[in-house]
Amino acid sequence: MTRPESRLDAIRGNTPGQDHNARSIAALAANPACDRRAILDAAAIDKPRLMRRLRFDDRWGQSPFAIQRNQQFTDLVKANGAAHLLRLLRTLLDLPIEEAGYVNLEDAGGNEGHAARHGHTRRIIRQTAEGRGRATILDRPLLRLDVAGAQVYLEPDVIAFQLGGMFHIVAIKSFAIVDDQADTPKVSAAAREAAVYVHALRDLVGRDLVSHDVILVCPRDFTNEPTATTVDVRHQLVTLARQLSRLTRIDAILDRLPENLSLDLDALSPAQIEAAVAAIPARYAPQCLSACELSHLCRREAHDLGHLDALGRVVRDDLGGIESVQTALRVATPGEPVADDQAEIAERLRHVARLYDEAVA
Amino acid sequence: MSLLHSYVKVRARERGRALPRATVRHVHLAEAPMVFVPLRLAGEAAAPLGAMVGTDPARPTLLVVPQPRNRDLRFQFLADLGAVLLPYVDRISRQVETVEAKTPFERCLDAPQIVVPSPGGVEFTAKLGRSSRFRRTTGPYAVDPAVPMLGRWLTFLAEQSEFAGSSLMVAMTDLLTAHWVTGQSAAEDGDLAALLGWIDPPEGLTGPEAAALADDPLNPPAGPDTHPEFDRQELQKAIEHYDATGSTGQVEEALHGQLRPTWDRMWQAIGLLAALKESPGATARWERDRVHVALHRAWIDGGGLPQGKRDSAVAAAKRLARLEAAQQSFEATRAFDDPLVMAEYRADGVAFAGEVVAVDLTRRIVPPGGKREVPRPLVTIETSDPVRLSKGKKVRSPSRPRQSATITSLSDRTVTVQIDDGMGRGAQPAEGSVPGVGTVICYTELDPGESRRAPLPPREETPWTHGGPPPEYVPTDDDAAEPWA
Repeated sequence: MTRPESRLDAIRGNTPGQDHNARSIAALAANPACDRRAILDAAAIDKPRLMRRLRFDDRWGQSPFAIQRNQQFTDLVKANGAAHLLRLLRTLLDLPIEEAGYVNLEDAGGNEGHAARHGHTRRIIRQTAEGRGRATILDRPLLRLDVAGAQVYLEPDVIAFQLGGMFHIVAIKSFAIVDDQADTPKVSAAAREAAVYVHALRDLVGRDLVSHDVILVCPRDFTNEPTATTVDVRHQLVTLARQLSRLTRIDAILDRLPENLSLDLDALSPAQIEAAVAAIPARYAPQCLSACELSHLCRREAHDLGHLDALGRVVRDDLGGIESVQTALRVATPGEPVADDQAEIAERLRHVARLYDEAVA
Repeated sequence: MSLLHSYVKVRARERGRALPRATVRHVHLAEAPMVFVPLRLAGEAAAPLGAMVGTDPARPTLLVVPQPRNRDLRFQFLADLGAVLLPYVDRISRQVETVEAKTPFERCLDAPQIVVPSPGGVEFTAKLGRSSRFRRTTGPYAVDPAVPMLGRWLTFLAEQSEFAGSSLMVAMTDLLTAHWVTGQSAAEDGDLAALLGWIDPPEGLTGPEAAALADDPLNPPAGPDTHPEFDRQELQKAIEHYDATGSTGQVEEALHGQLRPTWDRMWQAIGLLAALKESPGATARWERDRVHVALHRAWIDGGGLPQGKRDSAVAAAKRLARLEAAQQSFEATRAFDDPLVMAEYRADGVAFAGEVVAVDLTRRIVPPGGKREVPRPLVTIETSDPVRLSKGKKVRSPSRPRQSATITSLSDRTVTVQIDDGMGRGAQPAEGSVPGVGTVICYTELDPGESRRAPLPPREETPWTHGGPPPEYVPTDDDAAEPWA
């Protein structure tokens, strides 16, 4: 019996791995029943690269204008030792801070591995937590999270702010807050991501030392001027913790996979990659389209198999118990034999089929 | 959504082509709808990049912002957009009739109609309205007089679109999904090209094949967001070329290539909708739209201020009540106008239909609170629908919308209702006022009448729980000078 880590490394082969980020963890937790995504993420497979090798178009790029705008805004907030951020914290949290230390955790000295960089982050955060009284801004800490039995590192795209031993996660986003209102999906996405960081930071310093109020910094109205608001992510934290605990243990999934499964993107041909991916069961739903790089591949597969899931959650729930398009249409046809547990839905479907035909006639 | 809708989705998937969801058109189509396809710069709240706009399918007006980060060019874009939209709105909204009623009121003879590709287009229009309606035409940061006026109309139209059934500003994907059912998920229906692929695929292609073609990232999206690859490979270079040479040609060409396919699809979709007969409810709702346009016209002409940034407590409560009433009335009217829509309610058990098998015309009772006996005939209907209504429920029938009835008893396959009104003043029900044996009739709990609105206090009596009476809103110099970076 091999350890999961070495099995996952074997699956990835010699191709370089890809870091997790808060967004990918949030997406993973959104579809906890998908073995395919769980394995690919735990093995740190470069999913965009995989899709390119299978000749699917890349849709996950960001516009250069959006990147530029985001960078510009983040730089503005962080400029001069995060002067803007401190000013906002003073007014928002009513903090009596005159000045704060600024530590960039990105440079751990040279191009070290994740483990070393994470170790550096841990040391500094511990020191900061003990150095009570002095406010500190920690830029780009490399955090670690246990996901389905595998240790994953979070791409450090976050700021933690510490005062009096208490940490706050600061999320800088470039979507605008117009007249005190922001786009709800964007705020929810930001809150879900921030919750991942809160969760990971709590793993490191302890539950009570990290606030569940995250600080969201965005441009105000149509200007570049930063404004801040606190967002309570307790709900997102509970959801995240529950979904992380529900994720099937990676070792259990690995046991179900072919012994010598490999997804070494550098070594395999597209046909081999496709066969290897197909060997890991997926659970496609239309929500995947906005959350997972593999979604277009899984969608094609789901439609080829006639899965009802591919038509959306509502359809699946309405036709509870029926798995495929073909079965649904068969049980809706009068005279066709029906399994006992489908008798009720069959009767209802035959009725709606008659209603529909009458109404369009 | 209903079981019927889910079932039809499955059938559409199998058939490889969209199926009808309605037998009539539940939206009014103006004689000359103004199609508006806007694009925005990625990463910005309201930076317009370009737009295709106009009422003639063959002659769209292309507007571009050659350097979207330049504030003056953005306002130039809004002024240009105003030069297209404002004459259209003015011409239509200035023709007004007076409707004779207890309190006579004004109504426009026709109304403007703006059609955008998707709900994202409506949202972006609202943002454009917000960023331009407070601008000043004199002093520092002065803008073209068309800009604030355009902002006020865009804000008005975007606000009206929140009311169910209003046809003043509509998103094409919403209209199409209200009239057809595709074999793909709701999220995928949000893409105009894929949706049209299912409904009206090109010769020789099935719905899923056409949708897959539309899904190609090289196919321009319907906006307002552009594709990141387009930004990287074409737009960025075109903007740099403008910065270097001052020539707008490249940006115009790039944006034309992105906008034109969507523009053509918009007119294809309008053609599909126009082929459906308009429902009586849609015509009635358009009449109300025309009243709202007349009111807004009068407000602007009377020197009224632009819409505030936020509603006061009382205004917000009133607005919410109106939104809810519009939603309820729209849903019911749609079902009354269209047996296919009603079928969705029958499948879910809140409506039922069948043949009248027994009528008791002579029944007379003393109604609760009354003194004299009045006729209250009973009608028994045999139905195979899975009725989920209970005894005592008020119901109405699309074939007799003005008559109300009450369910008095239910058995396995029959429902008995008591007819409550609309039978004349005689001791016996008037001839034909009660459905006879053999009639096929449908009853439902839906009520197309506007429900009574909750009484709300005037703004000067806003209770302290809601912050007390709000100060009168006056736009400030701050609003006008708001930098737009």
